[in-house]
Amino acid sequence: MTAPRTMYEKIWADHVVRDGGGSEPDLLYIDLHLVHEVTSPQAFESLDLTNRKVRRPDLTLATVDHGVPTEGRALGIKDPLSKKQIDTLVANCANHNIELYDISDIRQGIVHVIGPEQGITQPGMTIVCGDSHTSTHGAFGALAFGIGTSEVEHVLATQSLPQSRPQSMAVNVNGELPAGVTAKDIILGIINHIGVAGGTGYVIEYRGTAIEALSMAGRMTICNMSIEAGARAGMIAPDKTTFDYLKDRNFAPTDKAWDDAVAYWKSLPSDPGAEFDVEIDIDAAALAPYVSWGTNPAQTVPITGAVPDPGEFENALERDAAERALAYMDLEAGTPMTEIFVDRIFFGSCTNGRIEDLRVGAKLLEGKTIHPNVHAMVVPGSGLVKLQAEEEGLDIIFKNAGFEWREPGCSMCLGMNPDILMPGERCASTSNRNFEGRQGRNGRTHLVSPEMAVAAAVEGHFVDVREWK
Amino acid sequence: MEPISVIAGQMAPLPRANVDTDAIIPKQFLKRVERSGFGPFLFYEWSYDEEGELIEGFILNQPAYAAATVLVSGPNFGSGSSREHAPWSIEDRGFKAVIAPSFADIFYNNCINIGLLPVVLTDDEVAQLTDIANDPDNLVSIDLAAQTVRSIGFDATFEIAPFAKHRLAEGLDNIALTLEHATAIDTYEATRAAFKPSL
Repeated sequence: MTAPRTMYEKIWADHVVRDGGGSEPDLLYIDLHLVHEVTSPQAFESLDLTNRKVRRPDLTLATVDHGVPTEGRALGIKDPLSKKQIDTLVANCANHNIELYDISDIRQGIVHVIGPEQGITQPGMTIVCGDSHTSTHGAFGALAFGIGTSEVEHVLATQSLPQSRPQSMAVNVNGELPAGVTAKDIILGIINHIGVAGGTGYVIEYRGTAIEALSMAGRMTICNMSIEAGARAGMIAPDKTTFDYLKDRNFAPTDKAWDDAVAYWKSLPSDPGAEFDVEIDIDAAALAPYVSWGTNPAQTVPITGAVPDPGEFENALERDAAERALAYMDLEAGTPMTEIFVDRIFFGSCTNGRIEDLRVGAKLLEGKTIHPNVHAMVVPGSGLVKLQAEEEGLDIIFKNAGFEWREPGCSMCLGMNPDILMPGERCASTSNRNFEGRQGRNGRTHLVSPEMAVAAAVEGHFVDVREWK
Repeated sequence: MEPISVIAGQMAPLPRANVDTDAIIPKQFLKRVERSGFGPFLFYEWSYDEEGELIEGFILNQPAYAAATVLVSGPNFGSGSSREHAPWSIEDRGFKAVIAPSFADIFYNNCINIGLLPVVLTDDEVAQLTDIANDPDNLVSIDLAAQTVRSIGFDATFEIAPFAKHRLAEGLDNIALTLEHATAIDTYEATRAAFKPSL
């Protein structure tokens, strides 16, 4: 009899190439390496300089997402630096025989949208990418985490990575989520509860009835933002929802391999009685739509709340951070969140740029138009998300309401392409980070769910989507 | 990677919590495909105003701190993205070590991988060191082998994983270390389940 194990322990154990014995990190095998244009050029350059080869091009998938323009693609990439970066990835992939979904490929998109969409993200895998939101893939019961460029090079060369074992944290979310409260609000609520460093050193497993009830899209939204709590990774046990999502996708196994895979996947969930280093309980029924007021993703309040008074923070560094945040955000303590007016709406990103998000947004928008003071855009997470949305007529609803309908990419989530906020502009964003300057220098980001973003687009200020018609 | 033994020099105090990677190196500077040259863009939006004029009050712009080699900052330093450009820009600006009460995981690993020494001290120790660093004439000495940090009237020890310490002290190439276990990787690959996806 082996002791009960958590899912994370099982997946870790299944990937140990060499046990470090405690004094050294374990060497872990990597099942899938996702690559994009921003964090890979220096890795390929170093690989070439040391005459090393990509060990497993067949376990490596590349796309362009961070720097791609979302309009006017027929005219080429105007930014010469972005163009060079993208051309460099194209050349590196050609040289090393790596599959690339380039800018003209319908499968191109945000790296964390395309993995699941293609069905190459599967339970029980180790998945890495030079991007912190790699935690998204944990929604399938995979161990997925972001790495730096040195580690990108390491994985290219060895298909493995030395890793020290993080601790485990269970976040139990039980109860029924109220109408109008979404997966985005669950994760914003969790980050608000444990703080931006609350997950540091941990792999989080999200558990409980409210998590089990979510679609894969909702689960991805939650795991995506694990890094905003500092966690190494986030994961959710695979179940029928996971298997149904994967069935018949491009890279999903078929026939006997499918049966073998499902049998293995069913063995992955944490055993009854498995112990986590830390457990946290969240009551789903008590959650509300969240809006961020500050410059980190824990600085949020329910929509019924107000901008807090920095004087209420006991810790001096937190008080100082809140004061800095209010100055940067140009907000006054005590202002009700519903009285904050917005200039821009960004609908998209690896957090909320999937077809399910677009469907929800379009349904709420149908027959409405956005406020005349607001400039709004939708950036689908991938070419296939965009195509699917167009087949369903969602683009027409967004465009008729006054949204711009763009080409897929990371876009204004981080503003590496031309999509940025102007200084002083205030944005309701479905993305994941509200750091100073994130969406453009002196731009002001408020993180919200897709539903809250759409309601703010129509009203010109934040509203409680639970009461909004 | 240069081996690290003792890092001695001036400190630059930056007493802020949650200094994120977007603050360390804003995204407009991530478009370069080169490995070096990121130093001038370190903390860009705290260093330059919207017109591109130097903000003279910012700590790293003060001539008195021009020689700083050790950055002293607040908890959760390096939070946010995985961009290795963040530690690259700190290193390229002449820093050899960062001292903070805590670091974000990916940032910490990136530092180890490039040979920028991340030093974790307690909140109180960092607060003391920040006070000491407020006088630019006060110097600090970090001894990796002894795992100590010393300054004027200040003496502390820090923890670092033995293997990370070994790599930093010897300046070892991590990939070369892993390739010593190439046979183990071959053996592992031979047993991987057939249903695992490939391209």
